Amino acid sequence: MGFKNFIQYFNSYQFGVTIKNTLILSIYSIVVGFPLPILLALMCNQMRNKLLKNVFQVITYLPHFISTMVMCGLIIIFLSPSSGLFANLARLLGMSFPNIMADSAAFKHVYVWSDIWQHLGWDSIIYLAALSSVDVEYYEASTIDGASTLQKIRYIDIPMILPTAMILLILRAGGILEIGFEKVYLLQNIQNIMSSEIISTYVYKIGLQNMQYSLSTAIGLFNTVVNVIVLLMVNFVAKKTTDISLF
Amino acid sequence: MHKIRKYSQDTFINILFYIIAVIMMIAILYPLWFVIIASISNPYDVANGRLWLFPQQVDIRGYKELLAQEKIWLSYINTIIYTVVGTIIALVVNISAGYAMSRKDLPYRKLVNIFYVIPMFVGGGLVPTYLVVKNFGFLDSFWVMVIPFAASSYNIIVARTFFETSVPESLWEAAQIDGCGTIRFFLEFILPLSKAILAVVGLWTAVAQWNSWFNALIYLQNEKLMPLQLLLRRILITNESLLGAATGTMAQELRLLSDMMKYASIVISTLPIMILYPFLQKYFDKGVMIGAVKG
Repeated sequence: MGFKNFIQYFNSYQFGVTIKNTLILSIYSIVVGFPLPILLALMCNQMRNKLLKNVFQVITYLPHFISTMVMCGLIIIFLSPSSGLFANLARLLGMSFPNIMADSAAFKHVYVWSDIWQHLGWDSIIYLAALSSVDVEYYEASTIDGASTLQKIRYIDIPMILPTAMILLILRAGGILEIGFEKVYLLQNIQNIMSSEIISTYVYKIGLQNMQYSLSTAIGLFNTVVNVIVLLMVNFVAKKTTDISLF
Repeated sequence: MHKIRKYSQDTFINILFYIIAVIMMIAILYPLWFVIIASISNPYDVANGRLWLFPQQVDIRGYKELLAQEKIWLSYINTIIYTVVGTIIALVVNISAGYAMSRKDLPYRKLVNIFYVIPMFVGGGLVPTYLVVKNFGFLDSFWVMVIPFAASSYNIIVARTFFETSVPESLWEAAQIDGCGTIRFFLEFILPLSKAILAVVGLWTAVAQWNSWFNALIYLQNEKLMPLQLLLRRILITNESLLGAATGTMAQELRLLSDMMKYASIVISTLPIMILYPFLQKYFDKGVMIGAVKG
């Protein structure tokens, strides 16, 4: 046996495609999905109207509980070029609406921004929890000293959530090749497959649909090893530069 | 002069924050509202873009046809059973494991801890997991949905953290002096103290069970065991009509009816969680906070 299966994968056409697609989706998700919840938490923390703040939180957390299946169904229905909500909106404005689900270049945007819609609020909870431990006296003292809202955010709130943010960034980097299988698989179709075939969907097809157990396991193991290496590397860099790390 | 500028800047920032918040709330609520009104509207209004805020003509054929399907009822009941049984099993496994891990006198405590942490970063892989489940004889059985994936490293560690921070060591020492054993101590002293952690782990597991479909896809063949989410896959994603085939004008009619059933199926599968969640929100919040402590 030896490394036959690994070599077969590395030499295959699918190797470059799946790695590229996985990295694109993953890095795009981190670049957009990591800072936005922090900004949302900073904003929410400044809201003085308790009732509005609570309503805002309940509403922004709500989509998190929609199942991946229903979420993908919603995406497909809303983006339908003939009868979808977006197409009807475009028609109202006198524009035509392309078939986005059939456009392989648009897949990453659909994937990432629908994720933002669904999880942005929920992902901000952890930062709000960190911010809730700020002593009210800090804010009061800074108000007396004449600090503006932005200065309070800059000098009180941001230092407060930095450790949490670092830990979450390390964890996300450790999952760099671990992009959610379910959503990508459900949104895949023949037209967008060139940018929607990622390592985990490929592992599933090779392993459980084509029954090539060894090859599939080898690809999965390769994926895991890369993840662990990246996790350890990012953890090491974070420890050296900011003194914050997982272990 | 400086002071005035500062206050007007603050007012501007506050107004900006509220405007962003309102836009976000609309962006989240409108699509959800649209699904609800589309599910009770005439399908021609939906398809031709005449539906915006309120249904023009109320039409509940989508629900009628959907609920006339025996498969819907069967899969709905299956999902309820999977959720209830799966949550109970997960609570027993994760809470007791978490409690054991929180006890300083657990032998090889460090080693056990590492053993639980590793799977959080290193998965066994799809095929090896499949083969293990298969060799245990779980394929195509009810139990595959509730037993093999009941233990969760994350939940065990959250439970451990909870017990470590909320159960004082002296309680166990006092109970021991009074001749109380570990099992009795757990049942009579620990469980009544752990309502918060039971609620947190229970709710997480229940939502995950309600929404899960992948395990059913790979481990279940039997139609009678199918959970709701997998039936939704046929309605929403692979676009199979549950109503059978037709030709000509009937085909057009049938396609519109299938679209109505899509909206109706989204509503009946998602509404229970959406209605319950705002009442349970404090427990979800609490869970994230207990989980954050471990960092």
